[in-house]
Amino acid sequence: MAVHQPSPDLPPPVAERGAIRWLRDNLFSSWLNSIVTVITAYLLAIFLIPIFDWAFVKGVFLGEGPESCRPDGACWVFVQQRITFFIYGNYPRELLWRPDLVFLMFAIAVVPQFFPLPARWRKWLAIYGITVLPVAAYFLLAGGHFGLEPVRTTRWGGLLLTLVLAYVGIIAALPIGLALALGRRSHMPVIRGICVTFIEFWRAVPLITILFMASVMLPLFLPSGVTFDRLMRALVGITLFQAAYMAEVVRGGLQAIPKGQYEAAEALGLGYWRRMRLIILPQALKIVIPGIANTVISLFKDTTLVLIIGLFDLLGAVKSTLSDPAWDNVMAEGYLFVAFCFWVFCFGMSRYSHRLEKQLDTGHRN
Amino acid sequence: MSLDNLPNQPPRPKPWNDPRVRSVFFQIVAVLAVVWFGYTLFQNTITNMESRGIRTGFDFLDRTAGFGIIMSLIEYDESMTYGRTFLVGLANTLLVSGLGILFATVVGFIVGIARLSTNWLVAKVALAYIEIFRNVPLLLQIFFWYFAVLGALPAPRQAINLGDLVFMSNRGIMIPAPVFEPGSGLMGFALILALVFIFFLARWARRRQAATGQIFPVLPIALVLIPGLPLLAYWLMGSPVSWSIPELGGFRFRGGITAIPELGALLLALTLYTASFIAEIVRSGITSVSHGQTEAASALGLPGRRILRLVVIPQALRVIIPPLTSQYLNLTKNSSLAVAIGYPDLVNVFMGTTLNQTGRAVEIVAMTMAVYLFISLAISLLMNIYNRAVALKER
Repeated sequence: MAVHQPSPDLPPPVAERGAIRWLRDNLFSSWLNSIVTVITAYLLAIFLIPIFDWAFVKGVFLGEGPESCRPDGACWVFVQQRITFFIYGNYPRELLWRPDLVFLMFAIAVVPQFFPLPARWRKWLAIYGITVLPVAAYFLLAGGHFGLEPVRTTRWGGLLLTLVLAYVGIIAALPIGLALALGRRSHMPVIRGICVTFIEFWRAVPLITILFMASVMLPLFLPSGVTFDRLMRALVGITLFQAAYMAEVVRGGLQAIPKGQYEAAEALGLGYWRRMRLIILPQALKIVIPGIANTVISLFKDTTLVLIIGLFDLLGAVKSTLSDPAWDNVMAEGYLFVAFCFWVFCFGMSRYSHRLEKQLDTGHRN
Repeated sequence: MSLDNLPNQPPRPKPWNDPRVRSVFFQIVAVLAVVWFGYTLFQNTITNMESRGIRTGFDFLDRTAGFGIIMSLIEYDESMTYGRTFLVGLANTLLVSGLGILFATVVGFIVGIARLSTNWLVAKVALAYIEIFRNVPLLLQIFFWYFAVLGALPAPRQAINLGDLVFMSNRGIMIPAPVFEPGSGLMGFALILALVFIFFLARWARRRQAATGQIFPVLPIALVLIPGLPLLAYWLMGSPVSWSIPELGGFRFRGGITAIPELGALLLALTLYTASFIAEIVRSGITSVSHGQTEAASALGLPGRRILRLVVIPQALRVIIPPLTSQYLNLTKNSSLAVAIGYPDLVNVFMGTTLNQTGRAVEIVAMTMAVYLFISLAISLLMNIYNRAVALKER
């Protein structure tokens, strides 16, 4: 008896698979969609092709000076020639190994976080990042001890200064914000009142007025004889400002924890601090990772404001060189370079927070 | 037998273990610390100001300012007082914040909806816009637009000419300005009349629909009446509005409205930066409305437009409005970055020039901060009232 052999399945028609199917679904699903696609593609082309042409095709990346550039192309030579100033500011050129060492130590703390690591390593890296790194970096950068030549903070600048401001701001703002958030949720009316006033005040005024106040009025507040240098004043201003925002983010997390968790922790006989440390904060902080990341990113972007009170961070360093008459109009190149640097850091941080969020997600939903 | 001696009453804790005693103790300590801190600050400030010979008081507000301001919405010249400079700065801050909020909302909503488009290209363009603009510092964007883009425009003589109506040069953007002649008041009156009529018509239509279920087409009538009545008045009064068109005379333009480049750059940067945040807010608001809501509404037989208007948008707004307001506040506060490019806002004029000339740091910083504090608290208050009104009523 002949057994029926089904012939093999035919592949789906050409129009229903692969690139064609994808194009039809995503770009040309209807008449209207097709028109929109064509117009968008056209606009993108007339907008992006000249920019691409200017920046990469006609742009000159390596050279000796302004004469290596083409008049119709980007002059990246400018960035290449000034890169030392952009990274270190006026830091003494013969002592650059010190900031370099700090950058290396910073990289050791940060880069491994982007790779899958055992939790124990991660913990030690974090401890290193908030204890050893800042102390060692301070002694290395400022000098004056262990036979290192002192370097005044007025000579720090460029990317170095941006990173110092951002790093110190972040590791100081997080604990202060945490304390303020706990205070705002406290049962003691006085503590709550103080925290609410503090948070609302800092959140209501622009950072610029705070930096102004720090640079104009702080000397008036301090007893005579006590002085802060400008970097320190800016740091205090930025830290307190972002701590208030951090506090509101953390408060959101604290409020999202169901009351049962608080009560269960109390029923176990845990005291306030252990309740917070072991039960509430681990859950609350996990919920608000995106919010914390946003605050950290905005702190990083806000460091540029210090140029208004006369510090030369990355943006300030680039801006101050743009008026050099030797270079013929390199504004766009300079600003695009700074924008690219900031973009890399901020985008990196937001990606990292996405990953952290996924990693810590235990699947519990309240 | 008193209550204290009941046999199964737990023993009273020692005072240093009693939560109530502890809480009172901590609060007293906190009050003392704050009072001490405030007192030291105050004392230091007084001593320092005396030793530097700084006078205090608000009498400087009545003295002549003697400096010019490049842009002013209210009448101002050098012979006016420092108090007037405060108002000029405040008006300029409010102008740039108001326009910025308007434009950022429009751009943000468009981009946020585009981000959800089924068209792959449109969604990706919106995504690229968001990721680029919100990850670059605002100050840098302001510099970029001011120095690299608007500063690179040609001089007024070679201004970019858009249809002989709008001119763009490195001195600003010149646009035609309407000139209202006598009789144009009737147009405004007609507009108000149309708006009031539509308001009452809409109310009547809503009541009728609630009572009978019949729908009255309010929207088409509004679309005809609101531009129609003023146009009718315009025609009846014999064209009472003329346009003042900018014209090149010598080295500068005459006529029309000139938007100084500082305003243009600040507005552009604030709009594009804030819009990238608003777009994300709008997107998350729309995706937060569960698909079941749309399906249930269409199962009830509502047509597509009504599903959007009656079911999706009201629920999305509940998620969108609170963060949106905080973006508006951020924009208002960020407008103080004007000082970096010299747009005469409150911080630049009052906390900058006026402070430098009078040296009254404490009073001026306090006044400036009070303005922002007032705006923030007022908006927060409105926000809380709104929130209470739209919050889900549960249990």
